[in-house]
Amino acid sequence: MKNIGVFICHCGINIAGTVDVKRLAEEVTEFDDVKMAIDYVYMCSDPGQNLIKEKIKEQELNKVIIACCSPSLHEVTFRNTVQSVGLNPYQCEIANIREQCSWVHADKQKATQKAKEIIAAVIEKIKLNESLSPIKVPVIKRALIIGGGVSGIHAALSIAYNGYEVVLVEREASIGGHMAELSETYLTQECSPCLLSSKIVEVQNHPLITILTNSEIEELDGYVGNFKVKIKTKATFVDQEKCDGCGICVEKCPVSIPWQSEEISGKTRAIYIPYPQTIGNKAVIDKKICKYFTEGCTKCKEACPKNAINFKQTDKIREEAVGSIIVATGYSLYPKEKLGEYGYGRYKDVIDGLQFERLISVWGQQNREIRRPSDGKIPREVVFIQCVGSRDPEHGVPYCSKICCMYVAKHAKLYKQAVPEGQAYIFYIDVRAGGKGYDEFVQNAIEEDGLYYIRGKVSKIFQENGKIIVWGVDTLAGRQIEIAADLVVLATAIIPSKGAKELANKLKISSDEYGFFSEVHPKLRPVESPTPGIYLAGCAQAPRDIPESVSHALGAASKVAGLFSEDLLSHEPIVVWVDEDLCKACGICVEVCPYKAREIDKWKKIAKVIEVLCQGCGACVTACPNSATQQRNLTSKQVFNMIDAAISIK
Amino acid sequence: MIYSYYPGCSLHGSAKEYNHSTKAVCEKLGVELRELPDWICCGASSGHSLNKILEIVLPAQNLKIAEKIGHDLVVPCAACYNRLKVAKNELREKEEIRKQIKDLINFDFQNNIEILNLIELIKNRIGLETIRSKVVKPLKGLKVACYYGCLLVRPPTIMDFDNPEHPMSLDEIMRVIGAEPINWSFKTECCGGSLSLSRDDIVKSLVGNIIRMAEEAGAHIIVTLCPLCMENLDIRQPNYNFPILYLTELLALAFNLKESENFITKHIVNPLPVLESLELL
Repeated sequence: MKNIGVFICHCGINIAGTVDVKRLAEEVTEFDDVKMAIDYVYMCSDPGQNLIKEKIKEQELNKVIIACCSPSLHEVTFRNTVQSVGLNPYQCEIANIREQCSWVHADKQKATQKAKEIIAAVIEKIKLNESLSPIKVPVIKRALIIGGGVSGIHAALSIAYNGYEVVLVEREASIGGHMAELSETYLTQECSPCLLSSKIVEVQNHPLITILTNSEIEELDGYVGNFKVKIKTKATFVDQEKCDGCGICVEKCPVSIPWQSEEISGKTRAIYIPYPQTIGNKAVIDKKICKYFTEGCTKCKEACPKNAINFKQTDKIREEAVGSIIVATGYSLYPKEKLGEYGYGRYKDVIDGLQFERLISVWGQQNREIRRPSDGKIPREVVFIQCVGSRDPEHGVPYCSKICCMYVAKHAKLYKQAVPEGQAYIFYIDVRAGGKGYDEFVQNAIEEDGLYYIRGKVSKIFQENGKIIVWGVDTLAGRQIEIAADLVVLATAIIPSKGAKELANKLKISSDEYGFFSEVHPKLRPVESPTPGIYLAGCAQAPRDIPESVSHALGAASKVAGLFSEDLLSHEPIVVWVDEDLCKACGICVEVCPYKAREIDKWKKIAKVIEVLCQGCGACVTACPNSATQQRNLTSKQVFNMIDAAISIK
Repeated sequence: MIYSYYPGCSLHGSAKEYNHSTKAVCEKLGVELRELPDWICCGASSGHSLNKILEIVLPAQNLKIAEKIGHDLVVPCAACYNRLKVAKNELREKEEIRKQIKDLINFDFQNNIEILNLIELIKNRIGLETIRSKVVKPLKGLKVACYYGCLLVRPPTIMDFDNPEHPMSLDEIMRVIGAEPINWSFKTECCGGSLSLSRDDIVKSLVGNIIRMAEEAGAHIIVTLCPLCMENLDIRQPNYNFPILYLTELLALAFNLKESENFITKHIVNPLPVLESLELL
């Protein structure tokens, strides 16, 4: 029965310049199953779409082929068009005669012939197309957020205010992340922990948010809308119900940690109260350094008035069911062992940006006065070095860490405010201060605070007579420079948080070669991981500063809220199905499936399909030795018919 | 233990004391060094900076002789070591270079021998324990600034035997023979290399920095493995009288070899007063 309509698009001259569209329409009309074929200048335009609708009604078409550009561009457009006049959208197919024909050929005669072959093949496909409707699955309206830094906190609050439950998992003893360790934020010089603490309190008080600190993801199963996650909560050895945060135990602990170590704020002893500013302070013990586990010290247990210390506590595993996940695991800094030429790790007065934050932070031990770590002197000359490890493919990482230009200007400014008679030198490759008010901030710091910016790199840092000697080059003056500094601050590269690769494996999401989690599309889908239902927020995906992290997190949260706004999730119905009579449950498909969508059904003895996980890649179809697995609307029969048509048409 | 031995031009000329002390120490340690027959210049300094293919073909000719003999090759001079390692690396990594070298000198690169500097020979092949057992007169009280120079450890991906910024292997050897390696920051600084002929003002200022840093760190002497570093440090030090010795000369002292007097007296800056004051002779 003749019921197929073929619509041939000129795409201006993109197609019509190389393919003789008029002749093509005439010849295609002659095909057996084609009722009509027509060409038009822009099929995707309103008049073009109206033409399709009119012809469907007028000619009583029940299958439609649009010969135009790639299906990734307008398949959805045209499927919506045919659906609006009552046709099943899966009865509309695209014959790609632009990317696969007109754009890559020059000879009009041959290109026209090839376009005809492409259309002939698609006719064979559409003849056997079934009418399909989207697969619907229920969704658990509960989100898991991994990482309780500024990104995780904002995502949690946004989702909770939309009315959905949130489980916020944090590896450290308290939420807050790196932002809680900063002194003041750039542009407005606001106290960073103060800014954040109101948000931390909001999260802690929100009835829909459950916070699991000292916790990490053990295992993830399931799929979008229906994830099952195992979370391990590490023992804190302090009964969190009994502890009232009095801090007596901290005073008694014999293990002290130097303030400049890379620990979280407030961690000064083996038993400590993280981020003292937040509410609900509870003490926790770090098993790695606590002397109970090596020497049997029980000083804190003896001192605790509430009898809250319990060295017998063990790790706990809990299971949570969630519908969606946001990964907000943040960043860490480039390892200092790799920076031998800067003596980082060998000289006490060579520190990184986070250590400098602590040095000037109200939470640092030295209360607004800047004193250098080695001997407590006020540093009169401070050298700041940008791009340490960043933009350095030989030695470090090739990418720009993005936030350093701004925070170095802030650091130098804060230093000058604390030590007005001191001098700050900044070595830079170039200043990348893109952002609202950013360049003005840097310019202001140079002009008002008298910072000395030197364009060039530092080759070597060494100690001499209590000074830190910095050798560098001023590439604008074309001269070598030697500065005898009291303190050197390295703006080290931002790298993914420790354990990011392991987490990527557990969640089965991809990451780039440095370990930053990959988004689906760099421009248009920046918060989605390639796995449906898992989203990315903040520095886990790429280096970014606080406002960008917050925007990114809110973007991820709105994707989650969008997902939760419907009771059922729709899934593309182009998935595989199994002929149960042919399947022998050999399990080859289970092995080849990259999405864990195939599973052996022990009772039926077949390899079943979890449709909601199937992405229609076809790997199991080609692997199946019995041809028991077939893909909807792309069956083996359809494919062979398409090949036959393409090679036999004259 | 038998090794092929590539002395290079320096050890037959300006660094004879390095050659003699290396041979004496190796003999004591039961290591037989067989000098490569018909070896040629490695092309260091001038060859490799002027001609891309000469840079490879000169060391490759030596490599060809050594591969044919089959023993691992010991190269005391840091510059020769660097050139040979770079050439070997190029031959291993690049098909095109292999072809060019085959055409030029009929050398089929086999990659069947290792190239070793003296630190590698002592640490990895002979072993620090053997060294310790041979020490008769520990160099007690001698504070040594271990100076690796720039060529021994760089480029790090090719040399690949110690940390390029803060190497410690020579320090370990010094400790084993009873000396005290001092902690200083100029282990791998440049001495000026071959600029000593054309711009001795630059060399003097660089050498001055190195010696000043060693002195400030409390060292009595500087120990090196590079004949070119030796030359610059020994001859061009401005207003200092700071002794510089080769690794092998210190080993010979610690082993109390009688040949020592033949070579430690060859330096411009006389090391004897320092050594006498510490009763090490």
